[in-house]
Amino acid sequence: MRRAALPPEALDATDRAILNALQDGFPIAHDPFTQAAAPLGLSGAELTERLAHLREIGAVTRFGPFFDAEAMGGAFCLCAMEVPEARFEEVVTLVNAHPEVAHNYERAHRLNMWFVLACETREGIERTAARIERETGLCVLRFPKLREFFIGFRVEA
Amino acid sequence: MSIDATDRRIIAATQAGLPLVAEPYAEVAGWLGLPEAEVIARLGAMRDSGIVRRVALAPNHYALGMQANGMSVWDVADDRAEALGEVVGALSFVSHCYLRPRALPLWPYNLFAMLHGPDRATVEAHRAEVADILGAACARHDILYSTRILKKTGMRLRPEG
Repeated sequence: MRRAALPPEALDATDRAILNALQDGFPIAHDPFTQAAAPLGLSGAELTERLAHLREIGAVTRFGPFFDAEAMGGAFCLCAMEVPEARFEEVVTLVNAHPEVAHNYERAHRLNMWFVLACETREGIERTAARIERETGLCVLRFPKLREFFIGFRVEA
Repeated sequence: MSIDATDRRIIAATQAGLPLVAEPYAEVAGWLGLPEAEVIARLGAMRDSGIVRRVALAPNHYALGMQANGMSVWDVADDRAEALGEVVGALSFVSHCYLRPRALPLWPYNLFAMLHGPDRATVEAHRAEVADILGAACARHDILYSTRILKKTGMRLRPEG
Protein backbone atom coordinates (compact mmCIF):
# COMPACT_ATOMS: atom_id res chain seq x y z
CA MET A 1 0.00 0.00 0.00
CA ARG A 2 1.19 3.49 -0.86
CA ARG A 3 2.12 5.37 2.32
CA ALA A 4 3.36 8.61 0.73
CA ALA A 5 0.95 11.49 0.14
CA LEU A 6 -0.10 12.10 -3.47
CA PRO A 7 0.75 15.55 -4.87
CA PRO A 8 -2.42 17.72 -4.78
CA GLU A 9 -2.50 17.94 -8.60
CA ALA A 10 -2.81 14.14 -8.84
CA LEU A 11 -6.57 14.47 -8.17
CA ASP A 12 -9.05 16.77 -9.90
CA ALA A 13 -12.40 17.91 -8.54
CA THR A 14 -14.23 14.91 -10.05
CA ASP A 15 -11.76 12.45 -8.50
CA ARG A 16 -12.30 14.11 -5.12
CA ALA A 17 -16.08 14.01 -5.49
CA ILE A 18 -15.88 10.28 -6.30
CA LEU A 19 -13.63 9.55 -3.31
CA ASN A 20 -15.94 11.48 -0.99
CA ALA A 21 -19.21 10.06 -2.32
CA LEU A 22 -18.31 6.36 -2.54
CA GLN A 23 -16.98 6.22 1.04
CA ASP A 24 -20.63 6.38 2.10
CA GLY A 25 -21.69 3.35 0.12
CA PHE A 26 -22.19 1.69 -3.23
CA PRO A 27 -25.37 -0.01 -4.50
CA ILE A 28 -25.91 -3.75 -4.58
CA ALA A 29 -27.82 -3.79 -7.87
CA HIS A 30 -27.67 -4.83 -11.52
CA ASP A 31 -26.10 -1.53 -12.71
CA PRO A 32 -24.49 -0.03 -9.61
CA PHE A 33 -21.94 2.12 -11.45
CA THR A 34 -24.65 3.85 -13.50
CA GLN A 35 -26.62 4.46 -10.29
CA ALA A 36 -23.61 5.76 -8.36
CA ALA A 37 -22.40 7.89 -11.27
CA ALA A 38 -25.65 9.80 -11.85
CA PRO A 39 -25.46 12.15 -8.82
CA LEU A 40 -21.83 12.88 -9.78
CA GLY A 41 -22.85 13.91 -13.30
CA LEU A 42 -20.93 10.99 -14.82
CA SER A 43 -21.77 7.94 -16.89
CA GLY A 44 -21.16 4.49 -15.44
CA ALA A 45 -18.26 3.98 -17.85
CA GLU A 46 -16.65 7.27 -16.84
CA LEU A 47 -16.92 6.24 -13.18
CA THR A 48 -15.28 2.83 -13.69
CA GLU A 49 -12.48 4.46 -15.69
CA ARG A 50 -11.89 7.02 -12.95
CA LEU A 51 -11.92 4.31 -10.27
CA ALA A 52 -9.39 2.20 -12.18
CA HIS A 53 -7.12 5.24 -12.37
CA LEU A 54 -7.59 6.10 -8.68
CA ARG A 55 -6.70 2.53 -7.78
CA GLU A 56 -3.65 2.63 -10.04
CA ILE A 57 -2.20 5.76 -8.45
CA GLY A 58 -2.83 4.35 -4.96
CA ALA A 59 -5.63 6.69 -3.87
CA VAL A 60 -7.96 3.76 -3.14
CA THR A 61 -7.12 0.93 -0.75
CA ARG A 62 -10.13 -1.22 -1.50
CA PHE A 63 -13.43 -0.98 -3.30
CA GLY A 64 -16.18 -3.51 -2.62
CA PRO A 65 -17.89 -5.31 0.25
CA PHE A 66 -16.36 -5.03 3.73
CA PHE A 67 -17.03 -8.14 5.77
CA ASP A 68 -17.22 -8.53 9.53
CA ALA A 69 -14.53 -11.17 9.99
CA GLU A 70 -15.87 -12.22 13.40
CA ALA A 71 -19.39 -12.69 12.07
CA MET A 72 -17.85 -15.12 9.54
CA GLY A 73 -16.52 -17.25 12.39
CA GLY A 74 -12.99 -15.95 12.83
CA ALA A 75 -11.47 -15.00 16.18
CA PHE A 76 -9.22 -11.99 16.75
CA CYS A 77 -7.34 -10.59 19.70
CA LEU A 78 -5.13 -7.56 20.22
CA CYS A 79 -2.08 -8.53 22.28
CA ALA A 80 0.75 -6.55 23.83
CA MET A 81 4.16 -7.40 25.25
CA GLU A 82 6.80 -5.60 27.26
CA VAL A 83 9.96 -6.62 25.43
CA PRO A 84 13.37 -5.72 26.83
CA GLU A 85 15.17 -3.48 24.33
CA ALA A 86 18.14 -5.85 24.08
CA ARG A 87 15.89 -8.76 23.07
CA PHE A 88 13.60 -6.84 20.75
CA GLU A 89 14.79 -8.19 17.38
CA GLU A 90 14.95 -11.77 18.68
CA VAL A 91 11.37 -11.52 19.99
CA VAL A 92 10.13 -9.94 16.72
CA THR A 93 11.41 -13.01 14.89
CA LEU A 94 9.76 -15.44 17.34
CA VAL A 95 6.41 -13.62 17.30
CA ASN A 96 6.24 -12.97 13.55
CA ALA A 97 7.03 -16.63 12.81
CA HIS A 98 3.44 -17.46 13.80
CA PRO A 99 1.10 -17.22 10.80
CA GLU A 100 -1.67 -16.27 13.27
CA VAL A 101 0.11 -12.92 13.85
CA ALA A 102 -1.67 -10.64 11.36
CA HIS A 103 -0.09 -7.29 12.14
CA ASN A 104 2.60 -6.31 14.55
CA TYR A 105 3.65 -2.77 15.49
CA GLU A 106 6.44 -1.38 17.62
CA ARG A 107 4.98 1.42 19.77
CA ALA A 108 6.58 4.02 22.01
CA HIS A 109 5.45 2.72 25.43
CA ARG A 110 6.57 0.34 28.17
CA LEU A 111 4.33 -2.14 26.31
CA ASN A 112 6.37 -1.77 23.16
CA MET A 113 5.07 -4.60 20.94
CA TRP A 114 1.40 -4.72 19.82
CA PHE A 115 0.06 -7.40 17.53
CA VAL A 116 -3.23 -8.89 16.39
CA LEU A 117 -3.81 -12.64 16.46
CA ALA A 118 -6.24 -13.93 13.83
CA CYS A 119 -7.39 -17.55 14.24
CA GLU A 120 -10.26 -19.75 13.19
CA THR A 121 -11.37 -20.21 16.80
CA ARG A 122 -11.17 -18.67 20.29
CA GLU A 123 -9.12 -21.67 21.42
CA GLY A 124 -6.64 -20.90 18.65
CA ILE A 125 -6.05 -17.45 20.15
CA GLU A 126 -5.34 -18.89 23.61
CA ARG A 127 -3.09 -21.62 22.19
CA THR A 128 -1.04 -19.20 20.09
CA ALA A 129 -0.66 -16.62 22.88
CA ALA A 130 0.44 -19.35 25.31
CA ARG A 131 2.94 -20.69 22.77
CA ILE A 132 4.44 -17.21 22.27
CA GLU A 133 4.77 -16.89 26.06
CA ARG A 134 6.61 -20.23 26.26
CA GLU A 135 8.92 -19.40 23.35
CA THR A 136 9.82 -15.90 24.55
CA GLY A 137 9.54 -16.30 28.33
CA LEU A 138 7.56 -13.03 28.28
CA CYS A 139 3.97 -12.27 29.24
CA VAL A 140 1.47 -11.74 26.41
CA LEU A 141 -1.30 -9.39 27.57
CA ARG A 142 -4.62 -10.15 25.86
CA PHE A 143 -6.98 -7.33 24.97
CA PRO A 144 -9.96 -9.01 23.31
CA LYS A 145 -12.67 -6.75 21.95
CA LEU A 146 -15.55 -6.44 24.46
CA ARG A 147 -17.54 -3.99 22.39
CA GLU A 148 -16.99 -2.41 19.00
CA PHE A 149 -18.48 1.01 18.28
CA PHE A 150 -19.93 2.25 15.04
CA ILE A 151 -17.30 4.23 13.19
CA GLY A 152 -17.84 7.61 11.56
CA PHE A 153 -14.34 7.77 10.03
CA ARG A 154 -14.19 9.79 6.82
CA VAL A 155 -11.28 11.04 4.80
CA GLU A 156 -12.10 14.31 3.08
CA ALA A 157 -10.45 14.09 -0.36
CA MET B 1 -27.33 -15.26 11.12
CA SER B 2 -25.03 -17.94 9.84
CA ILE B 3 -23.56 -18.09 6.38
CA ASP B 4 -23.46 -21.10 4.12
CA ALA B 5 -20.91 -22.41 1.63
CA THR B 6 -22.28 -20.28 -1.21
CA ASP B 7 -22.03 -17.12 0.91
CA ARG B 8 -18.45 -18.05 1.70
CA ARG B 9 -17.66 -18.43 -1.99
CA ILE B 10 -19.13 -14.98 -2.67
CA ILE B 11 -17.05 -13.53 0.18
CA ALA B 12 -13.88 -15.20 -1.07
CA ALA B 13 -14.52 -13.93 -4.61
CA THR B 14 -15.13 -10.31 -3.55
CA GLN B 15 -12.92 -9.70 -0.54
CA ALA B 16 -10.14 -8.33 -2.73
CA GLY B 17 -12.67 -5.96 -4.30
CA LEU B 18 -15.39 -5.70 -6.94
CA PRO B 19 -14.43 -5.86 -10.63
CA LEU B 20 -14.63 -2.45 -12.32
CA VAL B 21 -17.08 -3.45 -15.03
CA ALA B 22 -20.59 -2.13 -15.73
CA GLU B 23 -22.27 -5.15 -14.11
CA PRO B 24 -19.86 -6.23 -11.37
CA TYR B 25 -22.24 -8.59 -9.58
CA ALA B 26 -23.01 -10.37 -12.85
CA GLU B 27 -19.26 -10.75 -13.38
CA VAL B 28 -18.79 -12.26 -9.90
CA ALA B 29 -21.80 -14.52 -10.51
CA GLY B 30 -20.16 -15.72 -13.73
CA TRP B 31 -16.95 -16.67 -11.88
CA LEU B 32 -18.98 -18.72 -9.39
CA GLY B 33 -21.52 -20.23 -11.79
CA LEU B 34 -24.44 -18.54 -9.99
CA PRO B 35 -27.28 -16.36 -11.29
CA GLU B 36 -26.60 -12.61 -10.85
CA ALA B 37 -29.85 -12.25 -8.90
CA GLU B 38 -28.64 -14.76 -6.33
CA VAL B 39 -25.35 -12.92 -5.76
CA ILE B 40 -27.25 -9.63 -5.36
CA ALA B 41 -29.81 -11.21 -3.01
CA ARG B 42 -27.17 -12.93 -0.86
CA LEU B 43 -24.98 -9.82 -0.55
CA GLY B 44 -28.07 -7.78 0.35
CA ALA B 45 -29.06 -10.30 3.03
CA MET B 46 -25.52 -10.31 4.42
CA ARG B 47 -25.58 -6.50 4.53
CA ASP B 48 -28.91 -6.53 6.37
CA SER B 49 -27.53 -8.95 8.96
CA GLY B 50 -24.25 -7.05 9.43
CA ILE B 51 -21.94 -9.69 7.96
CA VAL B 52 -21.33 -7.21 5.15
CA ARG B 53 -20.73 -3.96 7.02
CA ARG B 54 -20.97 -1.90 3.88
CA VAL B 55 -20.17 -1.93 0.19
CA ALA B 56 -18.00 1.12 -0.33
CA LEU B 57 -14.71 2.65 -1.33
CA ALA B 58 -11.93 2.76 1.25
CA PRO B 59 -9.66 5.66 0.43
CA ASN B 60 -5.95 5.29 1.10
CA HIS B 61 -5.78 7.84 3.89
CA TYR B 62 -2.00 8.03 3.67
CA ALA B 63 -2.16 8.95 -0.03
CA LEU B 64 -4.79 11.59 0.78
CA GLY B 65 -2.52 13.25 3.30
CA MET B 66 -3.54 11.60 6.57
CA GLN B 67 0.01 10.69 7.44
CA ALA B 68 -0.14 10.57 11.23
CA ASN B 69 -2.04 8.30 13.61
CA GLY B 70 -1.92 7.28 17.22
CA MET B 71 -3.62 4.65 19.35
CA SER B 72 -5.30 6.69 22.08
CA VAL B 73 -6.29 4.79 25.24
CA TRP B 74 -8.64 5.98 27.97
CA ASP B 75 -9.53 4.87 31.49
CA VAL B 76 -13.28 5.51 31.41
CA ALA B 77 -15.68 4.79 34.28
CA ASP B 78 -17.32 1.44 33.55
CA ASP B 79 -20.86 2.77 33.88
CA ARG B 80 -20.17 5.50 31.29
CA ALA B 81 -17.91 3.63 28.87
CA GLU B 82 -20.60 2.23 26.53
CA ALA B 83 -22.33 5.55 25.95
CA LEU B 84 -19.11 7.53 25.60
CA GLY B 85 -17.60 4.93 23.27
CA GLU B 86 -20.52 5.52 20.90
CA VAL B 87 -19.76 9.24 20.85
CA VAL B 88 -16.02 8.79 20.31
CA GLY B 89 -16.46 6.17 17.56
CA ALA B 90 -18.71 8.51 15.60
CA LEU B 91 -15.99 11.21 15.33
CA SER B 92 -14.77 11.66 11.75
CA PHE B 93 -11.08 11.24 12.72
CA VAL B 94 -11.53 7.93 14.62
CA SER B 95 -11.02 4.82 12.49
CA HIS B 96 -11.42 2.12 15.17
CA CYS B 97 -13.04 2.33 18.59
CA TYR B 98 -13.30 -0.57 21.03
CA LEU B 99 -13.89 -1.41 24.66
CA ARG B 100 -11.29 -3.88 25.92
CA PRO B 101 -10.46 -5.32 29.34
CA ARG B 102 -7.95 -3.50 31.54
CA ALA B 103 -4.75 -5.30 32.59
CA LEU B 104 -4.09 -3.84 36.02
CA PRO B 105 -1.81 -2.56 37.40
CA LEU B 106 0.19 -2.08 34.21
CA TRP B 107 -2.69 -1.10 31.94
CA PRO B 108 -5.63 0.88 33.36
CA TYR B 109 -7.21 1.75 30.00
CA ASN B 110 -10.47 0.25 28.70
CA LEU B 111 -11.41 2.45 25.71
CA PHE B 112 -9.20 2.34 22.60
CA ALA B 113 -9.62 4.84 19.75
CA MET B 114 -7.32 5.12 16.73
CA LEU B 115 -6.89 8.82 15.88
CA HIS B 116 -5.81 10.10 12.45
CA GLY B 117 -4.61 13.42 11.07
CA PRO B 118 -2.29 14.99 8.53
CA ASP B 119 0.40 15.46 11.17
CA ARG B 120 1.23 14.72 14.81
CA ALA B 121 0.01 18.15 15.97
CA THR B 122 -3.46 17.50 14.51
CA VAL B 123 -3.59 14.07 16.15
CA GLU B 124 -2.73 15.74 19.47
CA ALA B 125 -5.53 18.27 18.91
CA HIS B 126 -7.94 15.38 18.26
CA ARG B 127 -6.72 13.78 21.48
CA ALA B 128 -7.57 16.99 23.38
CA GLU B 129 -11.02 17.00 21.76
CA VAL B 130 -11.67 13.42 22.91
CA ALA B 131 -10.43 14.32 26.41
CA ASP B 132 -12.98 17.17 26.48
CA ILE B 133 -15.77 14.82 25.42
CA LEU B 134 -14.90 12.24 28.09
CA GLY B 135 -14.44 14.89 30.79
CA ALA B 136 -14.55 13.70 34.37
CA ALA B 137 -15.61 10.18 33.31
CA CYS B 138 -12.01 9.59 32.24
CA ALA B 139 -9.44 9.21 35.02
CA ARG B 140 -6.34 9.19 32.78
CA HIS B 141 -5.31 8.58 29.21
CA ASP B 142 -2.33 8.05 26.97
CA ILE B 143 -1.52 7.82 23.27
CA LEU B 144 0.80 5.27 21.70
CA TYR B 145 2.47 6.18 18.44
CA SER B 146 3.83 3.42 16.27
CA THR B 147 7.54 3.63 15.62
CA ARG B 148 7.81 0.69 13.21
CA ILE B 149 5.59 -1.78 11.34
CA LEU B 150 6.97 -5.20 12.29
CA LYS B 151 4.49 -7.25 10.25
CA LYS B 152 1.45 -6.54 8.14
CA THR B 153 -0.56 -9.20 6.35
CA GLY B 154 -4.11 -9.18 5.09
CA MET B 155 -6.65 -11.22 7.00
CA ARG B 156 -8.33 -13.41 4.46
CA LEU B 157 -11.08 -15.97 4.69
CA ARG B 158 -10.27 -19.17 2.88
CA PRO B 159 -12.85 -20.19 0.27
CA GLU B 160 -13.66 -23.39 2.17
CA GLY B 161 -14.13 -22.11 5.71
